[in-house]
Amino acid sequence: MKHKSLLSVLVAGGILMAGCGDTEKADQDTTPSTQQEAPAAEEVDLTAELTAYKEFALEQMDQFLLETENFVNLFKAGDMEGAKAAYAPARMYFERSEPIAESFGDLDPRIDGRLADIQEEGKGEEEWTGYHKLEYALWEENTTAGYEAIADQLLADAKELHALVQTVEVTPDLMITGAVDLLNEVSTSKITGEEEIYSHTDLYDFKANIEGAEKIFEILRSKLEAKDKELVATLDEKFKAVDDLLAQHVTANGGYISYEELTEENTKALATAVNQLGEPLSQMGIILE
Amino acid sequence: MTTSNDEKWINKKISRRDMLKLTSIGAAGVAIGASGFGGVMKAMGYDVFEPVADSKTTINKIDFYGRHQSGIITPVQTHIYFASLNVLVTSKQELQELFKKWTPLVVRLMNGELMVDLTTNTRVPTGDTGEAEGLDASNLSITFGVGPSLFEKLGMSHLKPKELEDLPHFPKDQLQEAFTGGDLCIQACADDPQVAFHAVRNLVRAASGKVEIKWSQAGFNSFPATGGTPRNLFAFKDGTVNPSITDAKDLNEVVWVDKGWLKGGSYLVAREIQMHLETWDRTSLKDQEATFGRYRDSGAAFGKTKEFDDFEVEAKDEKGEYIMPDISHVHLARKSGARMLRRSYSYASGVMTNTGAHDAGLLFVSFQKDPAQFTAVQNSLGRMDKMNEYVTHRGSAVFACFPGVQKGSYLGEALFNAL
Repeated sequence: MKHKSLLSVLVAGGILMAGCGDTEKADQDTTPSTQQEAPAAEEVDLTAELTAYKEFALEQMDQFLLETENFVNLFKAGDMEGAKAAYAPARMYFERSEPIAESFGDLDPRIDGRLADIQEEGKGEEEWTGYHKLEYALWEENTTAGYEAIADQLLADAKELHALVQTVEVTPDLMITGAVDLLNEVSTSKITGEEEIYSHTDLYDFKANIEGAEKIFEILRSKLEAKDKELVATLDEKFKAVDDLLAQHVTANGGYISYEELTEENTKALATAVNQLGEPLSQMGIILE
Repeated sequence: MTTSNDEKWINKKISRRDMLKLTSIGAAGVAIGASGFGGVMKAMGYDVFEPVADSKTTINKIDFYGRHQSGIITPVQTHIYFASLNVLVTSKQELQELFKKWTPLVVRLMNGELMVDLTTNTRVPTGDTGEAEGLDASNLSITFGVGPSLFEKLGMSHLKPKELEDLPHFPKDQLQEAFTGGDLCIQACADDPQVAFHAVRNLVRAASGKVEIKWSQAGFNSFPATGGTPRNLFAFKDGTVNPSITDAKDLNEVVWVDKGWLKGGSYLVAREIQMHLETWDRTSLKDQEATFGRYRDSGAAFGKTKEFDDFEVEAKDEKGEYIMPDISHVHLARKSGARMLRRSYSYASGVMTNTGAHDAGLLFVSFQKDPAQFTAVQNSLGRMDKMNEYVTHRGSAVFACFPGVQKGSYLGEALFNAL
């Protein structure tokens, strides 16, 4: 999860879209840039791209709700193995659409909060809910007993999230910032094994974050090509490099090996590949000018 | 959200005049831009430069162009950020393109300018990371070298000078992979630590996907207000017997390579030397001085009174004993007969996790016309050196530093022309 909500981006995005090329000196104070810039005439038309991304995100959210329901049912039935197997794949739908999924302030920590995040906010363990608490039950406590209410709450929260995302306005900034944020998530928590400290299924989240960023790139591809073909070629190459490395850690049943099985060389190679992808990815904003 | 719209930054935007200049760049510039190497560099604006000249108006400025690279006989600055890099490029051509791109960026950094001008698009990260904004050039020097591993990696072993080999194992070496070797090095020295770090950070970022940092070390040197040789963390003056940086004849003998594509360049030896401060600090002054063979306060050799008084290493007292103890550091180093230009910096990098001791010491840097000069000294120190008790060599690297760059040329051109 992330601490910073993207809500501000969502709200401000419509204003920000305009006026970047305007060199006219506006108010010199420390007023946020969003209020400084006069709306400009030339606005990049990304209507089709924004719609495509919203469709993608809503699909992911549909699947997330279905898979969460499935996971919760298994969990409440006391099916340890079934719940464990369903855990990581269900979360991937959330991780793939994280720029949108995490934009609802309270819901993200309720669904995806880690104990460390909750404690950091000065809250007690009793306020901890969501996937990671059930992860703790399954892998650490080896039981589902006593966690039924948490499971119910997770499903209720997933339903609320599903309802809320229907109304999200996708902006260019949400997409472009979101792609980089997805990679930053990988760099700061997935690559260090801090996301899934009990199940060690970090590579599933890793893969999903990358897929989420790649989807945004794919949607913007033709606009990017019009601006800078070489950047597109570089991004293709760098996404492939990350995907190829991840493919080395796929198990026989199509899942991913435990984070604990990765050597230091493995994580270093993955981290380097992600960083090298992040630099060109952070240039996608060129289409906005 | 961006907050970079204040006037200062706005005014730094690339000007119309700059754009006009760009459109008239010569064939060389076009060739660079047309290489298909672009990718992120192009997107970030790194490839839109004409050759950049040394600024005549910048204060505290070291010139980039000249017979030799900066940072070798440049007066020692107070800070270093040294980075050893591995290349990710797989062809000589890509490496050549990288050095062509780096060259004007290096000049801009040494001019104290933003490495890349700001553009009007605030929705992308800036080409220069910005933390040197408001700081002057700070006598920044940037020195590039190539390591032995580079040549095989890129299929140009025939161009590797025979002198360019990993240093041999020396007695008591405890080298760690994390501080050893590298395909390339960037030595950034400046009178401001942030300026030095900014240079390496931005050059590496501009080469994203082409190089990665293998290891790096920050270091510092402090000079007395009255001038003179700086002291290392053992409190002894370090660098007393260096050749004068103004004595061309001496430098030709000691520092500059005089043949092949490296002519006018020099070999850089870097050693990460941990100094065991805790044990040193409980050693009597008398024993400390006997370890060096010099007096701590004056820096004079045993039996002398002034730092630069010459001494006879084999001289004995009336009892027939060496005036300078024969296991002292200076005695053994001098006996080797070899010389080099030392340009070392102290470091303090927190505590050793395994012992709780200071993780501090010396980033030893020396320049010589042949790494064998360093090897001769180190072999002479060998197992005998009383200093061994207080230091552990943890890292080692050797690089061939290119000759200087002439206007219109680029870093390493002589190497690539020899291909």
